[in-house]
Amino acid sequence: MSQDIYVVIEHLREQVADISYVMLAAARESAQNTGGKVVAVLLGHNAKGLAGNFAADQVLYLDHSALADFNPDAYQKALTDLIGKNQPRTVLFGSTSIGADLASVLSIRLNLPLVNSCRSLSKDGKFVSQICGGKIMAEGELPAPTALVAMIPGGYKVEQGQSKQSPPVTQVDVPVLESLRVTLAKYIEPAAGDVDIAKEQILVSVGRGIQNKDNIALAEDLAKALGGVVTASRPVIDQGWLVASRLVGKSGKHVKPKIYLTLGISGAPEHVEAITDSEAIIAINTDPKAPIFDIAKYGVEMDMFDLIEVLTEKVKEAKGR
Amino acid sequence: MNIVVLAKLVPDLVEELTIDASGAALDMTFARLIINELDDHAIEQSILLKERSGGQVTVITLDLEGADDVLFTAAAKGADRLIKIKGDFAGGVSNHALARACATIVKELQPDLVLTGVQAHNDIDGSAGPLLAECLGMPYVGYVHGIAISDGKSKVLKEYPGGLVAELDVVLPAVLGVQASEQPPRYVAVSKVRQVMKTSKIEERSASEWDANGAPIIGRMFQPEASTHATMITGNADDVATKLVGIFKEFGVL
Amino acid sequence: MPERINYWGIPNTWGSPQLYVYAMMGFAAIVLFIRFYQQASLWWRVGRPQVCWDKLHLRFGRLIKYAVGQTRVLSQQYPGVMHVAIAWSFFVFFLGTALATIDADFSKFLIGNNYLVYKFVLDTFAVFFLIGVTMAAYRRFIQRPRRLTIKPGFTWSLILITLIVLGGLFTESLRLAVERPAWALWSPVGWLIAQIWITTGASDATLLNWHLSVWIFHLLIVTVTVATLPVGTLVHILTGPLNVFFSKIDRPTGQLAPIPQTAKGEPVYASTLQGLTWKQLLDGDACTECGRCQEACPAFAANTLLSPKQLILGIRDGLRQDGPALLGTGKVPLLVGERIKDETVWLCTTCGSCVRECPVLIEHVDAIVDMRRYLVVEGRVDSKLQDALANTGRYGNSFGQSERMRARWTQPLEPKIKDARKEPVEYLWFVGDYASYSPTLMDITLKTAQIFQKAGLDFGILYDSERNAGNDVRRVGEEGLYEMLMDKNSDALSKCTYKKIVTTDPHSYNTLKNEYPSNGNGKHPILHSAELLDQLIGSGQLKLSKKLGYKVTYHDPCYLGRYNGVYDAPRRVIKATGCELIEMPRHRDRAFCCGAGGGRIWMEEGKVQERPSESRVREAVKLSGVTTLVTACPKDATMFRDAVKTTGNEEHLTVKDLNELVYAAL
Repeated sequence: MSQDIYVVIEHLREQVADISYVMLAAARESAQNTGGKVVAVLLGHNAKGLAGNFAADQVLYLDHSALADFNPDAYQKALTDLIGKNQPRTVLFGSTSIGADLASVLSIRLNLPLVNSCRSLSKDGKFVSQICGGKIMAEGELPAPTALVAMIPGGYKVEQGQSKQSPPVTQVDVPVLESLRVTLAKYIEPAAGDVDIAKEQILVSVGRGIQNKDNIALAEDLAKALGGVVTASRPVIDQGWLVASRLVGKSGKHVKPKIYLTLGISGAPEHVEAITDSEAIIAINTDPKAPIFDIAKYGVEMDMFDLIEVLTEKVKEAKGR
Repeated sequence: MNIVVLAKLVPDLVEELTIDASGAALDMTFARLIINELDDHAIEQSILLKERSGGQVTVITLDLEGADDVLFTAAAKGADRLIKIKGDFAGGVSNHALARACATIVKELQPDLVLTGVQAHNDIDGSAGPLLAECLGMPYVGYVHGIAISDGKSKVLKEYPGGLVAELDVVLPAVLGVQASEQPPRYVAVSKVRQVMKTSKIEERSASEWDANGAPIIGRMFQPEASTHATMITGNADDVATKLVGIFKEFGVL
Repeated sequence: MPERINYWGIPNTWGSPQLYVYAMMGFAAIVLFIRFYQQASLWWRVGRPQVCWDKLHLRFGRLIKYAVGQTRVLSQQYPGVMHVAIAWSFFVFFLGTALATIDADFSKFLIGNNYLVYKFVLDTFAVFFLIGVTMAAYRRFIQRPRRLTIKPGFTWSLILITLIVLGGLFTESLRLAVERPAWALWSPVGWLIAQIWITTGASDATLLNWHLSVWIFHLLIVTVTVATLPVGTLVHILTGPLNVFFSKIDRPTGQLAPIPQTAKGEPVYASTLQGLTWKQLLDGDACTECGRCQEACPAFAANTLLSPKQLILGIRDGLRQDGPALLGTGKVPLLVGERIKDETVWLCTTCGSCVRECPVLIEHVDAIVDMRRYLVVEGRVDSKLQDALANTGRYGNSFGQSERMRARWTQPLEPKIKDARKEPVEYLWFVGDYASYSPTLMDITLKTAQIFQKAGLDFGILYDSERNAGNDVRRVGEEGLYEMLMDKNSDALSKCTYKKIVTTDPHSYNTLKNEYPSNGNGKHPILHSAELLDQLIGSGQLKLSKKLGYKVTYHDPCYLGRYNGVYDAPRRVIKATGCELIEMPRHRDRAFCCGAGGGRIWMEEGKVQERPSESRVREAVKLSGVTTLVTACPKDATMFRDAVKTTGNEEHLTVKDLNELVYAAL
């Protein structure tokens, strides 16, 4: 039984996900209340090097070929063993395709309470979670003696979870990982996108309000005039109006452009979490209550179709075309 | 192919949500309950699987307001058995309790596959799918957008950020958390639903135990105050466009 | 003594000419009846039953008006005159032949003056006929308007009927050339042609030979024409009047038939041609391919896949090609999906122009709605429409907003509008989805409320008990949802005490007036706001203090004008505001739909060349001096305002709802 805060690091194809650093930052804040250490839990195979910049007091490293790629069954078994033995104060998971496959299962398996969709852990031992599409916040005491917490981004900056000093790494024994019920057959790469939207500086992003595939051409014109590219939120991709490589959001890409211009995007949390690093978000939406206006720098309450072409013209004029 | 789908009823976000007198829960007086969107996808996926390789689809939900509509609509799409779990849910529904109550019923049904939406917006204590999986002792994979079954084995497509997809082999029986059905949920005419109401029966079961252990205790619920708000640009299209061009110049884009 | 000589100049050498004539005609008639029966019987053997022989006096009236009087054909000048010249001439020739038969076999009366008048009338109509045929040839070969089908079958028919008449004329002329009676001028055309023969100097014997040849030729041509009538384009002579006779008489245009049920109470959908009624299958065969429906159709004008003409011909061709399969046990082809594309069926705005134009009274819209009912039940609905229907089902409005927000537009008003659910009112104002929820239209709704207040009207609204009236939900084919909405609205209405219903929305107006059961709406009259304003202004209850003096044009909303005949009330109101009304070329029952009806405003737009709303705006802009386009429907206002922007006409045209105009003149 310890007061340590464990953070289950998420990594995919040798890249550590941003959520891992957000969790480390949250763990640092929570540790001020519990008095324990911040321990990064890294599962993988030949992956020790990933721990270089963790803002953690210690890294517990579990190495096994079955852990090389994320496998819910294998990771669950390894973590059950680790948490069962060490009984930390809190274990943080990402609220992602990796973490969400772990947290709830372990909650039942280990009979530990689970706080989901958590945005922050405070110094005075409280959790704050965001539910109902971001409309409602729920706050409570972090359950004792051991709590599992699934975290969403937004409460901490990635930098807060990073450190220039590498934490000490301790390799830990891994239990037997055989007869796994889930095995990875292969990865399927996303269709070769013409552009890497995460690297672009100017993005014109369309949401459901674009209404149909043909109207996307209007957004393309504007993007072209500005020297940027068109991206979209989930509903547009689900309809097949743009390729998946243009998806901005929780299951798409996180972007950090100078200008992120949204057309008809309401601002659901899954989308917003991917754009908070933009320098300037400019939102165009007919609904004055759309959540996007709470995080945008500039807003226009107007029907995008009234504005796009006029704006494209003016941009072209300004560029002297 | 015996498929079970767990569908949750969740508050409709179209309505304005308010906090009740206790300050720690949603005021449900005016809140409308609708099917969790991703559970709708799970139902669609189950019907697609049934259409492809035959079998039976059972849909389970709690006896909350709107449950009948959810079940009959599923039946109109092609679901075979409809089960409603009765109980006293006035104190709120935690997914832990839901998972435990469902597990007893699902075990009886001996499914090959259990589908549910990978998440719902009111999942304060985790998601129903993985909780149920562990109660059943079945493997769980979430964020699934494609399922293929052959010879009692399943191949599953799991989504990762950035458009990356992993193909996994999952031993059956298993629980899968659906992110998107392979086709968008189909439309079912109101007349079809009404017709099905006459021919289909909803089986009622009682929740044998209602054990919410594992859910956090909420001390306070509140509506977030936007600490910031966008600077609104007003005027007609021409004015706005001119001002935006000015902003673009400020940011060195033009 | 002038008299009609039976079989003049036809020798008895090979038997009595009467025998030949009756044999040939008998033969042709038998062939005609057999072939026609074969085709026609498919209607009732494939199609569902429908009772169309009630109110016989009205049906005969229609027959006279449309089949004989040809009023619809005459709505366009050139083709109208052209066709009437041919058709009426043939009625006369038919009558003439009938009279000749009576004269020959029963009672000789074509003697003396009778005979002379008889000859004169026939000859005159022969001239009309020839003028008509010339006009027709010009139209079909030189003008070649797009709406016609230029195919050999039509040319063949034109040739046959021309040959018949020329045969008759030439026979007459040859007789006159031999007989040279004193009263020859009573057959002026015949006598004119006779001069040719006389000039040749041919002997009487030669002329008699020519006469016999032409007569035989004439007989043969008539035989061929009659025998091939059912399979040629002349079949419309039979199917047209039949279609007119059996046309819909039991219900107003604005009322759709409910979904039919089998004896067991199961619904019947138009999945195959068997789902249509025999009358709808007759619709297919009655089509003359004139294309007037197509020309009037807004979807066709936008260059989309829908042509009402091709749709109806699709039914016809389907019946001809699939008839045997439909009656047998083989695989039955689907109507929509195989014969007709899904997309085509969804493109219709249900504006009713096609139905208004059709000379043989084909009812395109009913068939389209029947097909849509099938598609809805099969779930073959595009995602945007799916959302709109799901929202309407869940929230009672297509905007997907909570029903509690329905009356939010009333907030700025003082005093508060009466709640008709809580207190009795004289006028119950059914506001409608668009007027309640659309942010761009709220202004008009507020002004309407203020006008009612200014007029001292005792009115109230249903607040959040009001639901979408269901007119377009029904036209989209979602009959189940329509019934649900109707039940809810009727229930809410039945609990209120009111005298009349008023609405600014023609779509709600149409369904409340024509389709809601009388006990849901009671015996309460329903008015469109234009009608109400007309009454209030006329009676002096609403006084307009200003004369606006604008030059305006008015767009007749489809569901107010064409469907319900309200044309004059809005015009009087416009006049009362002191504006000068200049009509667009397509006005009153010819008004060109804005493109939003039939659920189109809820669907993906698809590829269009020029939106119907844009075409209409351009039509308005062409009227010199007109600055304002006045509408009386919230959807029209929405569509036209957008179109003014997208066509770049903001400087030239403003769109104003009728209520805005009245408000400005208060």
